[in-house]
Amino acid sequence: MIDKTNKTAPKNDENIAMSDEQQTIQNITDQDYKYGFVTDIEMEAFPKGLDENIVRMISAKKNEPEFMTEWRLKAYRYWRKQKEPKWPKLEYSEVDYEDLYYYAAPKKDGPKSLDEVDPELLKTFDKLGVPLEERELLAGVAVDAVIDSVSVATTFKDKLGELGIIFCPISEAIQDHPELVKKYLGTVVPYTDNFYATLNSAVFSDGSFVYIPPGVRCPMELSSYFRINASKTGQFERTLIVADKGSYVSYLEGCTAPMRDENQLHAAVVELIALDDAEIKYSTVQNWYAGNKEGVGGIFNFVTKRGLCGGSNSKISWTQVETGSAITWKYPSCILKGDNSVGEFYSVALTNNYQQADTGTKMIHQGKNTRSLIISKGISAGKSNNAYRGLVKVNSKAENARNYSQCDSLLIGDQCGAHTYPYLEIENPSAQVEHEATTSKVSEDQIFYLNQRGISTEDAVGMIVSGYAREVFQQLPMEFAVEAQALMSVSLEGSVG
Amino acid sequence: MLSIKNLQVSVEEKPILKGLNLEVKPGEIHAIMGPNGSGKSTLAHVLSGREGYQVDSGSASYKGLNLLEMAPEIRAREGMFLAFQYPIEIPGVNNTSFLKKALNEIRKHRGEEELDAIDFLSLIKKQMKLVEMKEELLKRPVNQGFSGGEKKRNEILQMAVLNPTLAILDETDSGLDIDALRIVAGGVNKLRSSDNSFVVITHYQRLLDYIVPDFVHVLSNGQIIKSGTKELALELEERGYDWLLEEAESKV
Repeated sequence: MIDKTNKTAPKNDENIAMSDEQQTIQNITDQDYKYGFVTDIEMEAFPKGLDENIVRMISAKKNEPEFMTEWRLKAYRYWRKQKEPKWPKLEYSEVDYEDLYYYAAPKKDGPKSLDEVDPELLKTFDKLGVPLEERELLAGVAVDAVIDSVSVATTFKDKLGELGIIFCPISEAIQDHPELVKKYLGTVVPYTDNFYATLNSAVFSDGSFVYIPPGVRCPMELSSYFRINASKTGQFERTLIVADKGSYVSYLEGCTAPMRDENQLHAAVVELIALDDAEIKYSTVQNWYAGNKEGVGGIFNFVTKRGLCGGSNSKISWTQVETGSAITWKYPSCILKGDNSVGEFYSVALTNNYQQADTGTKMIHQGKNTRSLIISKGISAGKSNNAYRGLVKVNSKAENARNYSQCDSLLIGDQCGAHTYPYLEIENPSAQVEHEATTSKVSEDQIFYLNQRGISTEDAVGMIVSGYAREVFQQLPMEFAVEAQALMSVSLEGSVG
Repeated sequence: MLSIKNLQVSVEEKPILKGLNLEVKPGEIHAIMGPNGSGKSTLAHVLSGREGYQVDSGSASYKGLNLLEMAPEIRAREGMFLAFQYPIEIPGVNNTSFLKKALNEIRKHRGEEELDAIDFLSLIKKQMKLVEMKEELLKRPVNQGFSGGEKKRNEILQMAVLNPTLAILDETDSGLDIDALRIVAGGVNKLRSSDNSFVVITHYQRLLDYIVPDFVHVLSNGQIIKSGTKELALELEERGYDWLLEEAESKV
């Protein structure tokens, strides 16, 4: 089987004119992977499906204290009574929750070397300039290079430790800092919140935990490259970030290179808590496998992200660049509870081929003089559908709340869709709320103009789209912003002409 | 440089160019004049590779290459430049980085090293003086919020930076006041050399007071019905196009 894969993997130079053939090759290689998983799988998996026993086993496996087990069980029982929401503008075949593995330890599986990896994926790595050792990691190849990154991470950890910053897997935090976890977990996204968040609360596998002590400014961008390579395991990531009084942290999630994952369902939860005068900046670049050009495969990404500006003068800023996944369902939100607190949401959501995204934000104004800003840039290409859904709510006690929302849609081609669903609930007459929306198209005139100056169509579309999304890219840390722009061109490849 | 033979082009089945012939040699400036709807802009677009035009027969070669088979960006990288009649706005894309990208694509194609930001800036500042453009416009998005005159100057600035061997100016004079016209034409004149050629498409003779052509061609109903020297332009200015059109008809 390995021989066959090697033979069919074309050399780089030949790739360019071979897209149809490559599609076939991709299909063949994909099939090979499936069999590969079945034959040489070595994975510590529980049986498929979900019941109280599985929840207890997950908790026991992680040596969790009693309160965590109880919390998971409460979530599980509540989830049993819930139905999957049907209101988003998304169409997908039903997920069979009894046909999923809910726990699997990451053991050796996946391709043995890059020769076995989908050549289309390797081509993309090339274009994004992903370093060789990272390619293996991203493609799920088991390599020694991981050891390097582990040691690098340890160095960081020591440096952060001196400042009293805790940055560790949440499973570790549950063991080492149970008091902090108990105090904050589920306070922003309670286990009763929504179908996916409830499921996540019951079965979450792992994720990150960050605590910044009072008055500390975290000296580096904290980032998580998370990795999973077990077959058919729902991915349930859980992240909790607490910025204590007067502290600051910037956190980066994801990476620009496409991540391959056999798991179709992702239901992550991220909770942010900013106390008095604290600030959290949370940036995401999401590029999970989006399925092939015919819309087969790809990740279903149902994420609950919410931040609580609990203290006065606190600030939470979400920046997201969403280009991957077959389905994206995601509304990073801010609860502006503290007086004078600020919530921001900057988003670029790009869909191509048959991708679907229903994304936006909620800004809940509770405190006095709270302010929120929403900049959303949707980009639709191919046969994709892209919806912005946002709520601005001003509670009756939120005096002098202010919001400015700008929701722009950019269409590429004439078979895609863009939809905007802004919701406003204003209960206080002193509120000032502004909403602006535009829809535009990448015109043939623009592409031709750039062509005529020597710029290829692919680069031209990348430039136009990056220009359109500039306000959001400006919010990203520098290196991330450069990568995100390259990602635009790659993601839109083949969408024009 | 450029050799067009019996070029026939249609748009949505409707013939626009009906057997056009044109020879442009290095160092020459050719003016193409003609009434509205005669096919002037079609010619500019077909030569630069814009989609939507069907070449029914004939040929166009540029530096010995089969022009009509080349992608528009390859034509540009081979040194062909079109100054647009209506320059396009590209929101959010910085004018300087756009032009730097364009220049480096052309340099890469020629096997030259790409210019870094510092070298590029010194080049662009030098060339900006040619068109008396405000430096502030470099920081703005491409053509966005530019006045009509600023857009046209931006076209000439791009031309000065990209230094083409064949430049086609498509009604660059339209919408320009006399001062802007003088500046734009002055830029073109400074770029003139024995190695490069210009095809200047214009409705009015006015521009040709400033950019003096070697040859003037009158395009009507998809064909060049009369060619001459710069005196022909003056005659057209005086007598209009009608006498020529009648003359052409009586020949048929």
